[in-house]
Amino acid sequence: MAKSYETELPLKAFGWAGTDTSGTLSPFNFSRRENGDDDVTLKILFCGVCHSDLHTLKNDWGFTTYPVVPGHEIVGVVTKIGNNVKNFKVGDKVGVGVMVESCQTCENCQQDLENYCPKLVFTYNSPYNGTRTYGGYSDFVVVHQRYVLQFPANLPLDAGAPLLCAGITVYSPMKYYGMTEPGKHLGVAGLGGLGHVAIKFGKAFGLKVTVISTTPNKKSEAIERLGADSFIVSNDPEQMKAATGTIDYIIDTISADHSVLPLLGLLKLNGKLVTVGLPSKPLEVPVFPLVGGRKLIGGSNFGGIKETQEMLDFCAKHNITADIELIKMDQINTAMERLSKADVKYRFVIDVGNSFSSL
Amino acid sequence: MATTQPEFEHPNKAFGLAARDSSGLLSSFNFSRRETGEKDVAFRVLYCGICHSDLHMVKNEWGVSTYPLVPGHEIAGIVTEVGSKVEKFKVGDRVGVGCMVDSCRTCQNCEDNLENYCPTKTLTYGEKYSDGTITYGGYSDSMVADEHFVVRIPDGLPLEAAAPLLCAGITVYSPLKYFGLDKLGLRIGVVGLGGLGHMAVKFAKAFGVNVTVISTSPNKEKEAIEHLGADTFLISRDQDKMQAAIGTLDGIIDTVSAVHPLLPLIGLLKSNGKLVMVGAPEKPLELPVFPLIMGRKLIAGSAIGGMKETQEMIDFAAKHNVKPDIEVIPVDYVNTAMERLAKADVKYRFVIDIGNTLKTSS
Repeated sequence: MAKSYETELPLKAFGWAGTDTSGTLSPFNFSRRENGDDDVTLKILFCGVCHSDLHTLKNDWGFTTYPVVPGHEIVGVVTKIGNNVKNFKVGDKVGVGVMVESCQTCENCQQDLENYCPKLVFTYNSPYNGTRTYGGYSDFVVVHQRYVLQFPANLPLDAGAPLLCAGITVYSPMKYYGMTEPGKHLGVAGLGGLGHVAIKFGKAFGLKVTVISTTPNKKSEAIERLGADSFIVSNDPEQMKAATGTIDYIIDTISADHSVLPLLGLLKLNGKLVTVGLPSKPLEVPVFPLVGGRKLIGGSNFGGIKETQEMLDFCAKHNITADIELIKMDQINTAMERLSKADVKYRFVIDVGNSFSSL
Repeated sequence: MATTQPEFEHPNKAFGLAARDSSGLLSSFNFSRRETGEKDVAFRVLYCGICHSDLHMVKNEWGVSTYPLVPGHEIAGIVTEVGSKVEKFKVGDRVGVGCMVDSCRTCQNCEDNLENYCPTKTLTYGEKYSDGTITYGGYSDSMVADEHFVVRIPDGLPLEAAAPLLCAGITVYSPLKYFGLDKLGLRIGVVGLGGLGHMAVKFAKAFGVNVTVISTSPNKEKEAIEHLGADTFLISRDQDKMQAAIGTLDGIIDTVSAVHPLLPLIGLLKSNGKLVMVGAPEKPLELPVFPLIMGRKLIAGSAIGGMKETQEMIDFAAKHNVKPDIEVIPVDYVNTAMERLAKADVKYRFVIDIGNTLKTSS
């Protein structure tokens, strides 16, 4: 029996959805819940295109349920608030990131680490109250106030949208793993959506930043425009050798399958390699370099709400935004193709507010 | 071809056991030790622990061995001579030497009391020393080392018990401290119940930590719980029990050096949990990234410990009565012990009674 996406919930909604593993998006009529006492409704103005959106559309990770409306770098304006909502008012500029619900009672939730809650609900593609969550490639969204971020006044809405996933995804581990001591040396592996923001945070923390990339022609951009201090081509053995044991910590943003051994070699004693990219295959980890240098490989997954707000405020203070290419919703399929070839500097952002005819 | 015979390299005659080739069989060996220099401590060896590394080295399993090889880096004895500039020791003191006998003393690691991570450190046996000769380890009657690399063994700690602490003990003590797994009330796992594993259980219990032993051998359970004091025992092939233990551990010390799957171990960790490898499998292990990312977990390594920490560990062990379970053997049992060690047939460390059973051949 065909489910009616348009009628399963009371409010009509419109967006673009992927319907099969081709990942091609097309217009999609669906529905959202009423704004409850604790909810905030926001009209979506901008939504960043995260590589996770592409992975999910193509079911690369094996847990996509179609139709899927991606988008978890959502910036919009509040149009309605519930009776219990005190911190937001209509007209506020707000953001919604990677999650829209968690249990609020487990140890992680109690410590503002909702992103590690076992009952986490993602902004899209998660089961939720008998239906599923649909993300920001759409006209509006209704979210519990706990998971809505205040968007700082001096942060541009379009270039700030990617901070809600890309930003927090590198900010959180940089804080947690102590990659913030001025003067220390940060390596950023991979120069894409996550990588370019990591450079900016690194410089804001007073670190020396080296980009590690397979693409030599990204060098002048990385240094001259993004502010990195140096650039190593990872498949150049001589450059890698010269940099052996010189880096305190590395943020590995690469989601393609790759070898970590060369990256481990760049680390000093007690060095930390933090992986935030999500390769589809396991990494091969040679244990000897870990043991011989007391090095570690850690993971991190976006961040809790409190920390995401802290990150946004930090960005507003230090004038950190993403480098974006603004597109209309109907250009999304072309953008996805280009994204799959890493042909973007460095994040597509959908100008949602100007893409759909007004409701 | 050796230019100088080992017996004549140095002025002081020494006698011990050496492996001559990769069969790993040990036999009598006459060699010599250097003059006791102004910063050196010379001591009569009374006991030497048999570390699994000794077995790997005598058989050249790591491809770095040169023969003749005198193993032994868990060495305990009594001081017989001290150099003119030695400040910390005197004749008659109870001392030990562990895995290293020299380091550059000037790099950042050395300055931070992390000589074990100095890129030019010299291992106690099988490595070229600063005078160009090869170091010989503790399966011998005497030892000489710079006082910086000698630890004092407190009176309350029997020398035969102290010996294995010098490698096995520090190898687990250091990461338990460094990775914050020594805090009261934490829950940690210990994978593998051998020389390292049993010491990890004992130190962890002394720290007030809840310990789960994770092993492939069901018959070690009773021993682990009743004798070593572990709180829980998990058989890693028991899917149900492993499933039930998911997300319960703050940290895991993994002492297994054979290649083994990491995914189940990562699953046992709580979020922010730490998997610390102290065994070093020769082949890379598969590390599934999703669980690491979804739980902000980490995998790390650790290797022995610096000299300051080794002394701290010995003092802690003496104070809290943390002693290895040992099987004391005579010198002529060493080859049999090595065979048994290869089959993990020891509870949990062989210690050679050098003082009473090593007789010179002449």
